[in-house]
Amino acid sequence: MQVDESAAVGTGAPSRAVRDFEAGLVRRKVMVYVCQAVFGIVFLAFWQWASGRLIDPFFVSSPSAVFGKLYTWLMNGELYRHLSITLYATAIGFIIGSTIGFAMGLLFGKFAFLAEVLDPYITALYSIPKLALAPLFIIWFGIGIESKIAVSASIVFFVVFLNTFSGVREVNPIYIHATQIMGASQWGVMRTVIIPSATAWVITGLKVSVPYALVGTVIGEFMSSNRGIGFIIAQATGLFDTNSVFAGIIILAVVGAIINSILKATEGWLLRWRA
Amino acid sequence: MAGAAISIDGVDKRYIGRGREVVALDHVSLEIEEGEFVAFVGPSGCGKSTLLNMIAGIIPMTSGSIMHEGRKVTAINRHVGYLTQADSVLPWRTVEQNVGLPLEYRGMPAAQRQKRVAEMLALVDLKGFDKAFPKELSGGMRKRVALAQMLAYGPDTLLMDEPFGALDAQLKLVMQQQLLRIWQEQKKTIVFVTHDLAEAIALASRVIVFSGRPGKIKYVEEIKIPYPRDVFKVRFLREFETAYDNLWRELSPEIAKGEDL
Repeated sequence: MQVDESAAVGTGAPSRAVRDFEAGLVRRKVMVYVCQAVFGIVFLAFWQWASGRLIDPFFVSSPSAVFGKLYTWLMNGELYRHLSITLYATAIGFIIGSTIGFAMGLLFGKFAFLAEVLDPYITALYSIPKLALAPLFIIWFGIGIESKIAVSASIVFFVVFLNTFSGVREVNPIYIHATQIMGASQWGVMRTVIIPSATAWVITGLKVSVPYALVGTVIGEFMSSNRGIGFIIAQATGLFDTNSVFAGIIILAVVGAIINSILKATEGWLLRWRA
Repeated sequence: MAGAAISIDGVDKRYIGRGREVVALDHVSLEIEEGEFVAFVGPSGCGKSTLLNMIAGIIPMTSGSIMHEGRKVTAINRHVGYLTQADSVLPWRTVEQNVGLPLEYRGMPAAQRQKRVAEMLALVDLKGFDKAFPKELSGGMRKRVALAQMLAYGPDTLLMDEPFGALDAQLKLVMQQQLLRIWQEQKKTIVFVTHDLAEAIALASRVIVFSGRPGKIKYVEEIKIPYPRDVFKVRFLREFETAYDNLWRELSPEIAKGEDL
């Protein structure tokens, strides 16, 4: 008994209608990019024009001054020196926080009793603004990079932990039974069912937590440090150097946007099986 | 070992629901021979799926015992194939990764696995879809992936719980015919739960009617239609009509009983 269902999923060459449809999608995408660029240019132009005419540049600086500053930093190596330390602390904090969060999330998801016992404590810990821990971490780990790593790790940990935990609990029991009957061991079920199924949740957790990790590091740098983007901003603020403050803020904004787009691409690839 | 592939002996299932004890299955005994195609029919909630899940070892029984291929079922039964109405194909794996899954669990080397997967995909007419994700397939194709996956590791007993329930009427017939062909070629023992009498008669050599709560075996009908059968035509045979009349006579009061609850 042969039935051809291939037509239903379209394995043949694309028809004219399909090509037109896809070209339309591309055109729309291009339009979005163009408008985004125009918006940015208009904003910068207005800023440049208003600075000195409507508002004192002492408060708002100006794009030309800010980019001049950025250029100077780029050339004299200051940008690299400060940005690398901030990114390094963020990355290490992110890796530590998400690894522990993921492992604990799996563990709690697996042992419901443990989760139930510890639930109120976890809720209480979660409710603490993690930034309130920063001074404590500085006492514990000193003013070096370790305290910044600790701040960003503690923020990332909770987001990833809670998402992994929910992800594990949301696994469809049908998949678990079916794979067990097929011969899966405990680890087999974990590897082929629970982890991939929780991935959607975990990725969402990671996406939310990366900007937080950056924020955690920068806040740590605000409080006490001698290097890093947070340090530059704090120091410039002390000197009423708005050019440098804006330059620092712009670096953070760009870095945040880049990290986010990388995560988005990773998400798209990891979850390519989803409808 | 010849004789019974599955012997169910005095199985009870009771559970506590809303503060009172519910008897889902009441002392059910049944022998299923090797190579038999047995269908369970009955009103919803009669325990037919529960019994199937007990053979699979997913649900523990309150008392009694089930022997499968000479082994007592006490935990997850890894010697059966299991297929339900729900989509059990893993959405994050491609077709070939899904079909190869039970072989992966058994530690079969990749090269050998690949060969076996190709054979299975050919068996269920799914060649050329190896790299597709389940979301790219139709419901009927996903069902065939699940079927290939179940057959890949060669269990002698297949447990199926309304496997084609979610498919449209025509596709259902196609799948039934394919299942009959595979059953005959590979000499499997099949236990098939359905609420569709016509499906039960078209496929099975023996149809078991369960009564509503508490679940009991009420009636057994041997289907005298010789194999190989053509599921598209069986319903016009006299034997089909006789079996249908007998089964309906036994089943209809049970369904009415269920409605009164």
